Amino acid sequence: MNRPPLRVPEPPFPRPSATRRLLPMLAVMIMALLWLTFYGDIDLSSLNKPVTPEVPVERLGRPLDDSDSLTPVERGAYLARAGNCAYCHTAPGGAPYAGGRAVATPFGDVYAGNLTPERKTGIGGWSADDFWHAMHEGRSRDGRLLYPAFPYPAFTGIRREDSDALFAYLMQLRPVEQANRAHTLRWPYSTQAALRVWQWLYFSPAPWSPEPQRSAEWNRGAYLVQTLAHCGSCHTPRNRFGAANDDRRFAGALMPDGLWHAPSLRSIDEAGVQQWSAEDVARLLRSGRAPRGSAQGPMAEVVLHSTQHFSDVDLVAMGQYLKSLSVLPATDEAVALAPRAPDTRLMQSGAAIYERHCADCHGKQGEGLPGAFPALAGQRSVLMENSHNLLQSLLYGGYGPSTRTAPLPHGMPPFMLTLNDIESAAVLTYIRNAWGNVAPEVTPLDVQRQRDAAIR
Amino acid sequence: MRSLPETTRRTLPLPGWSLAWFAAAWLAVCLPGTPARADEAMAQRTRACTVCHGEQGRAGPDGYYPRLAGKPAGYLFHQLQHFRDGRRHYGLMNRLLQPLSDDYLMRIAQHFADQQVPYPPPLPLSATERSAAAAGEALALRGDAARGLPACTACHGATLTGVLPATPGLLGLPRDYLSAQLGAWRAGQRRAHAPDCMAEIAQKLTLPDIHALSLWLSAQPAPVPARPAAQLKAEPPLRCGSVLATR
Repeated sequence: MNRPPLRVPEPPFPRPSATRRLLPMLAVMIMALLWLTFYGDIDLSSLNKPVTPEVPVERLGRPLDDSDSLTPVERGAYLARAGNCAYCHTAPGGAPYAGGRAVATPFGDVYAGNLTPERKTGIGGWSADDFWHAMHEGRSRDGRLLYPAFPYPAFTGIRREDSDALFAYLMQLRPVEQANRAHTLRWPYSTQAALRVWQWLYFSPAPWSPEPQRSAEWNRGAYLVQTLAHCGSCHTPRNRFGAANDDRRFAGALMPDGLWHAPSLRSIDEAGVQQWSAEDVARLLRSGRAPRGSAQGPMAEVVLHSTQHFSDVDLVAMGQYLKSLSVLPATDEAVALAPRAPDTRLMQSGAAIYERHCADCHGKQGEGLPGAFPALAGQRSVLMENSHNLLQSLLYGGYGPSTRTAPLPHGMPPFMLTLNDIESAAVLTYIRNAWGNVAPEVTPLDVQRQRDAAIR
Repeated sequence: MRSLPETTRRTLPLPGWSLAWFAAAWLAVCLPGTPARADEAMAQRTRACTVCHGEQGRAGPDGYYPRLAGKPAGYLFHQLQHFRDGRRHYGLMNRLLQPLSDDYLMRIAQHFADQQVPYPPPLPLSATERSAAAAGEALALRGDAARGLPACTACHGATLTGVLPATPGLLGLPRDYLSAQLGAWRAGQRRAHAPDCMAEIAQKLTLPDIHALSLWLSAQPAPVPARPAAQLKAEPPLRCGSVLATR
């Protein structure tokens, strides 16, 4: 029997080889370096040198916790929670602070190191100076540069005494012998040379400086948000090399895992709190929920592991600072993309799916059930142009964080296995355009992309 | 002495007994401590679970999701912890439980342990399945001393409905779920507290053993009532970390 020869279909466009794809990027980086060296008004020799921070302590008001009588170790424990160190530095289900969680980045996975005072595999051989160099300069004890997945671009601003308190706390943890896992970064990002270039281009160690015309409370909030709590690590957009875009600080960004959108803190249509009271901001960070919003996904984990442990004074201070962030005007792009009326058929099938699967909890008119299930009518997390978070919630469901003030949160089931891509798109388009809501359609392709992103 | 005018008397406050009634009714409705109310509140909080695991956690043998209702709370609590902390693997469960505390997981476990709902009849076996299941029956009820395999009943209770505080019942579960779990134990993907007795047993099982056990177990009707035993009648054949952890 004659069979036609087996043919492997070719992709529509031949893919350039890895080297060819990287060449333009390398060329740009080298040219940028040359330009900076010869014409840039940056004195390269001044970079990467330790700068002694001179933050007037009195501008920060009292110490970070209400109590003045904290020992350095207690203070360090508080600060470690404020920085959420344990989250990345603990493998899921592993020994606390012994490292091992993968931080997904577009360049590969970075594994957080062992912070327990174990001599061989941890930081048992480190001094307070070594620790300070890591926090302030992004440089390890052996001189290697650290990957900015460790948020030293934010931590560089912390006060030396806070760094020392953190170190004192870490040094009295139970030592755990657990070797650090090697990062799985792609070349050239895996090289120290790439990191050196990155630091030259995008990082210089700098102390945090207060704004003297603002109140002590505001400055304390600003210090926490900008340095230890490293809110910008998720909420500030990055360029293609992973460096923060300081012009659009806190303006919202896709998380490095590509699944969630960290909403803008500078837009009242996303997560801006300019029109909230500082107390409501504190409430959200303390309990995971507030009258006009709740923490979901990665933010629920931040509340769980970090912000619920802040003192009330610090939470209100952070609220004051976040309230004061200037609102960024919408981009022209967003105006051009003003939503069209959604497809009628999509809306009809969406309404039927809503009635069947959602209305029991979220109400026939999207009014929700106060104290249990959030309203969807007029809810900005539903209306936000970016639909990543909505899709994540629909596909995977989710609970709010169990916090001291809200220990038994309600949850939403995952619909990934119940609804297909078309049904998911229909029901999300429906809730975005029913009961007076107006927001862009969600397409089956959007749903499929999110499913794919989760597999990768 | 002047008596009050008629109209004023009519608007006097309600007599004491009606106030008491009102207060009692109000308390009955609002007191969160009332068992029925607390159960209802937990039912609302666990809707995220019951969409897949069935109302009150009663999932039947015709799907994949395991029944939760009436399983020992200690067992359910351990599984919730394992899912949250990445020791048991099922993506949707792993993600759903991430932000929940041990206290809350215990409340959820207790809630489902307290649900007493009847078991639906098992799915019938075909003639070929029945013959394959015979080997499963032998293993489940008598074990295989030559291979060092104890009977399932030696730990999971004479009626296979589990033993308090942390050994699960094996009846009323879907066939695919049973075979997936035994396979996962055998492959080392599912684990429990050390000493991990179930891993020890599963590693001695062959794939035909797992097939036979899943068929037979999934075809057994549950006794009425199907509650976990308070304790085992004889010493268990193995030391199990998950049981020791609850002592």
